[in-house]
Formats: sequence, C-alpha cells, structure tokens
Amino acid sequence: MIEFELSANDRMILDAARKEGVIARKYARYYDEHEHEFPPQELEEAKELPNPLTVAGERTAEDSGTAVLTTLMQNAMTWGDYSVRVRRPRESLGNSALEATGTPEQKQKWGHLILAMAITEPGCGSDPSMVQTTAVRDGDQWLLNGEKIFVTAGCRCDGVVVWATTDKAAGRAGIKSFLIEKGTPGFTITHKEKKLGIRADDTAAMVLEDCRIPRENLLGGEVTAPKGSSGGFRGVMKTFNMTRPNVSARGLGIAEAALDFTRDALKQAGVEIEYGRALHLQSAAAEKFSRLEMLWEAATLSVWRAAWLADQEQENNTEASVCKAKAGMAVREITQGCIEILGPIGASRQHLVEKWFRDCRITDIYEGTGEIQRLIIARALLGYGRKELK
Amino acid sequence: MISFGPTEEQIAARDSMRSFATEVLFTKARECDEAGAVPDAFLAQAWELGLTATQIPESYGGFGAVRSPITNAIVLEELAYGDATLALAATAPALFAYAILDQGSEEQKQAYLPLFCGERYHVASLAVTEPSPGFDSLNPATRAARKGRGFALRGTKCFVPMGDRASHFLVVAQGDDGLDAFIVGRDAPGLKISEPEKNLGLRALTTVTLQLEDVEVSEADRLGGAQRADIRRLLNHTRVAVAAVMTGLSRAVLDYCIPYAKERVAFDEPIARKQSIAFRLADMHIETECSRWLTWKAASQLDHGLDPTKAAHFARTYAAEKSMWIADNGVQVLGGHGYIREHPVEMWFRNARTLGVLEAIACV
Repeated sequence: MIEFELSANDRMILDAARKEGVIARKYARYYDEHEHEFPPQELEEAKELPNPLTVAGERTAEDSGTAVLTTLMQNAMTWGDYSVRVRRPRESLGNSALEATGTPEQKQKWGHLILAMAITEPGCGSDPSMVQTTAVRDGDQWLLNGEKIFVTAGCRCDGVVVWATTDKAAGRAGIKSFLIEKGTPGFTITHKEKKLGIRADDTAAMVLEDCRIPRENLLGGEVTAPKGSSGGFRGVMKTFNMTRPNVSARGLGIAEAALDFTRDALKQAGVEIEYGRALHLQSAAAEKFSRLEMLWEAATLSVWRAAWLADQEQENNTEASVCKAKAGMAVREITQGCIEILGPIGASRQHLVEKWFRDCRITDIYEGTGEIQRLIIARALLGYGRKELK
Repeated sequence: MISFGPTEEQIAARDSMRSFATEVLFTKARECDEAGAVPDAFLAQAWELGLTATQIPESYGGFGAVRSPITNAIVLEELAYGDATLALAATAPALFAYAILDQGSEEQKQAYLPLFCGERYHVASLAVTEPSPGFDSLNPATRAARKGRGFALRGTKCFVPMGDRASHFLVVAQGDDGLDAFIVGRDAPGLKISEPEKNLGLRALTTVTLQLEDVEVSEADRLGGAQRADIRRLLNHTRVAVAAVMTGLSRAVLDYCIPYAKERVAFDEPIARKQSIAFRLADMHIETECSRWLTWKAASQLDHGLDPTKAAHFARTYAAEKSMWIADNGVQVLGGHGYIREHPVEMWFRNARTLGVLEAIACV
C-alpha cells in the first residue's frame, strides 16, 4: 500500500528526537565558534529527556521500516544541529562497513567500538580506485603506508576502517579495507580539519607509517574477493546504499530548520502564502518560499524512497544516488534561497541561518559528490559500466 | 507508515495500462496529433478498459471498485507514457463523472453516473479555465447570479476538453457566497459551444470555448445540490491528475532519449558516453522520480480524505516545471532530430508546455 502518513509510534519517536534537537540547538553557535572543542558525548539535559530509541513500543506493521525511520531520525537530529547531539550514538561509517561486510568473528571483536572510515586521500577523492595507501602482506601481518584525510569521527573513534591497495596494477580489484585500532604503532591522527561548516564535527587527517596489523584485520576476511574480481570493493561500496539516504536526510534536516525559520520570519512580516493560488496573486517572497518548500518535499520523498527499498531488501543503488544528488542540490538552493528572502537577518551570525547555509553545503560533497551520483545514475540508465562512462 | 508499495491490484492495473500505452497510444500519437483529432475507434477501444466505470458503484451501473485517486494517478502516468493527449481523451469522462461521484447529490448520481457505465464511450466535461492571463481557478470571472429559485450563468470558459461531443458541462462559477459548479446540458439556451480550439500542444484533444450568456440552471443543477460542493477539493483532484500525466510524459521523453543517445555517434563515440549528455539524462531521471513521488503523496492524501491542497500544488507545479525542462532537454539531446516531426520529442515539447498551464483537464 502506498502511504505517506506516519504512525503513532513513528510520531512518538520523532517528537522525542525533535525535543532533543531543540536542546542541541542551544549549543549550536557555541561549538560552531569554538572549533577546537568537541561537543560532549552526552549533554546535561540527556538525563531528563526520553531516549527517542526507546520511547515507543514494539514496532508493528503500521510503523515505518527501520531504514525509513532512521532517515526520519537523522532529519530530526540535524534539524536541531548537525554536530551537537543530546546523545551521540556510539557508531560511525566504519561500523556500517563492518556490519555490511565483516566476518562474524570481526563483528564480534570490533562491533562495540566506534569505527571511522578512511577513504579519501590528498590525491584521491571521488575516485576511490585511485587509492595510494598501500597494504603489503608480511607473514601474518599487513604493513600499511599512506595518508588519509576527511575522516569523519577520526579523533574520537576507537578504530578506523582504512582503504588501501594491495596491488596497484590491479586497480579496483586490488583495493581492500582494513581494521586498525587506535594506538597501533605507526598510526597517527595528525589534526582536526578546519572547515566551512559542520565545524564542531570531528573531521580528522591521519598518517600510516609502517603500521603493522594482524592478517585477520582484512575486513571481510580473505575469501570475500575471488582473484581478479572487484568483490571487496563492491562490498564496501554497498555500504553507501544506506549511508547516502541518511546523509541526504541530514542535509534536509538542516534545510528544514532554515525553512522553519524563514516561514516564521515571513509570518511576522505579514507575508501570506496561499498554496494553489495563481502566481501573480502571490508576493515574490511567498512564491519563492513555497518553491523552496516544494524542493524540500521532492528531495525528502526521494530519500524515503531509497530507504523504503532498503527496508524491502530490494536493490537501491540507483535510488540512493538519486536521493543524494537531489538532496545535495536541494539543500544548497533552499538555504541560499532562505538567506535571499531573509536579507540581512539571513547573513547575520546572530541567527543560525548563515550557519545552516555553511553546514548543509557538505551534503553535495561527502559520501560521493553530486557528480559521482549522476555518474552512477547515468550508468544504470544507460546500462554502461565504468569503461563506457567515465 | 511510509510506504511506496503499490497493492497487487495497482500493479496489475499499471502493467496492463503500460502495454496498452506502448502498443496503442504511442503508436497512434503522431497520426492523431497531425490530424488534430482522436479517432472514435480509439475511444471505443479505451472505453473497453472501463477507465471511468471501474470506480463507479454497482448501484449506479459501475464495476464497484474502491474509489482510489492513487490508483488513478498510477494509471494516468502509464497512459500518458504512451501519449498524454490520448490519455486525456480516454479519461476525459472522469472529469465529470468523478465530480458527481465524489460530491454530487444523490439525484445527480442517479441521473448522471449510469451514463458512464454503458457500452459506448460517453463524455461530459469540466469547464474551469478562462481566457485571461495567469488565470486563477479559485477566482473565475464567470458569475452565477441568483435568478428566481435558480441561477443565471454568465462568462467564458476555454480549454474545455472533448467539448465537441460532451453531453454536459460542469461549469465552475463565482456566486454571491463563493464558488460553485453547475451542470449545464449541451443544448442549454444561452450556451454557445465554439468550433474546436487550435492549440500549441495536445492537438488531438478537441477543446472548446464556451460562451455562457445567462444560462439558467436550477438549484438541483448545482453540484451537491443544496449541500453544495467543495470546488477546491475538485480542483485538487484535477491537479494531481495533471501531475500524473506530466510524470508519464517526462518518463516517455527520457526513455526515448536513452537509446537515441547510445546510438548517435559524434566524435567517434556514442553521445551517451559524454558526461554532458549522460548527466543530463541522470537529471531527467531524478526529476521524473521526484515528480512521481510528489504526485503519489498528494494522491494518497486524497485517498485518505486529508486536505491535499499544499501537496497537490507542489505535485502539479513541480511536475509542470520538470516535464517542461525534461522535454526541452529531450529536444536538445536529439539535436536537429529533436526539431523534426519524424521523432515524437517535438510533440512532447509542445504538449509539456500546454499541460503546464492547464489543471482542469484530467481527474483522479
């Protein structure tokens, strides 16, 4: 059945997440302007607030699926603030990779740790098959060397999933991912990056210098990739099928905050929005604003679509890229448009709109830029592989 | 619960419409566009699918299926994928029939619904649009003035679909206390029906202009009778329908461009292998998808009896803008061939622009 109304349980969870968002937002400006500090793992107020994850009863057939609900919660959280959380979940992108491709033993050993994921390098971003970090087998160990940047949660994680090549000549087929624990000799976090937005977020740079790890730290074990195939690479790329809807939902949470702020400001200014009225009967501000809302709706529906497919255990590779590409553009347009409507209020650091404009700009960049998403979508539409469409 | 899963019936309806659209509508589209007319044989063939009668209760002669705007949106997208114009012609009877079904008085239902459950194509139409720039359907110039125990209608309506053969028109007019719709018979004194209009797109769909010069109607001819009807609600049904049609059009453009771009070689390789074309196709796909989900959301609100005004506005506005953008880019992908009437893309380009300014020409 096609349905877009949330169940009572869904609402209860989201209301709780929104309540947390309201609290988190109080600290948003502080941590934006104190970039070197980390927001606490848990805010003081956490004790008094119900945990959204436990607030509702058993999930029933009336409720949204887990993947959809996750996007809704991501949305509600970043509506409060991108980086400050009432409670910070003890997981990161590396945990998703472990969940998707790890062996049972690896899940057992690493599952309780916060795992970051290190893909990007100074010379390799959107094309991860260009990874220069090397992993060389030496007896029962792997020897890793290289440099990684833009590692989310890199400072506060317990371990990292690192992408490295075991055979440069093999291209993508040579790329494997490795589990490295913090404190392993030869593995150093060099600094926290200084960024345009999401400043309180932990984005780290790291160096691997003759870093030795046990042989069994190869993610997925040694049987995952038959020789000459790119199975391991694909496995890790699969991780993105759920993280892309989630980061899209995050960006849209920020954009929603900007829309809510702008709606209130317009209301105070006496600007009325009448949906379904002819264009020439609307003020320019009302017309512009309703367009931004429309864009938000369109992007949000595409996120739900990708997540819903995941809940049905259906292939959602293309749809994950569709929502990421759509949300990436939408949040840029929405926050830029809100500032345009708001004028000086929008550009002032007395309010959060300028911060939201900076924060959400990451949406079209990380987890694959908008261009990469279009590449993926186009290949799927055209039935092309990476040889036919680069 | 958020769910994108059509029911089994919806999947079955979609699949059968899909093959009808590809085998019949698509193959006839160009010929009909050139002729500026819909062949009776096509209308008869489409009538057999029971597009309108399906959701009319058995007590009025219909098939008694659940009234479901979302099912209708799915069906309309599929039909319009074959050809938007023929889809509108085939489903035009629903404009009048669904309005009566949803908001008519019991007498109106008994009098009019059986007309749409017979063996032959029967059409009655909806007259909302007026020939003024940026027309606002909530604020028509057509007036319904009190006259005795009834009303006198005065004004001009245009783009009235299938007006050449409609038995009745549902005319939306402004009264002293708000909007109403009135049932006007084709032979009503004071009603002048023009020759078919000549339009940019949807050429095969005959549309007419109605001149109403003090056309007298009774209280019983007012939609809903003494209870009256909610005209916004009626318009919301048409907006969602047009959004579905435009989504189907968008998908048709994309599906035509893909094989073309893979075959057309320039500078030693298919143009599809160039990012400027490939990324354009990706964007066309993204916007087609978004148009569909916005349409579904609004349609599901109609299904649930929620107020879909905002969602319907978004669906129609978005689908209108994006189908125009997609058809425009379709022409560009085909280059010179996009401009030639041998390919359907120029027709879709004209149809998209025409659809984008209309709302009351289809109903879910």
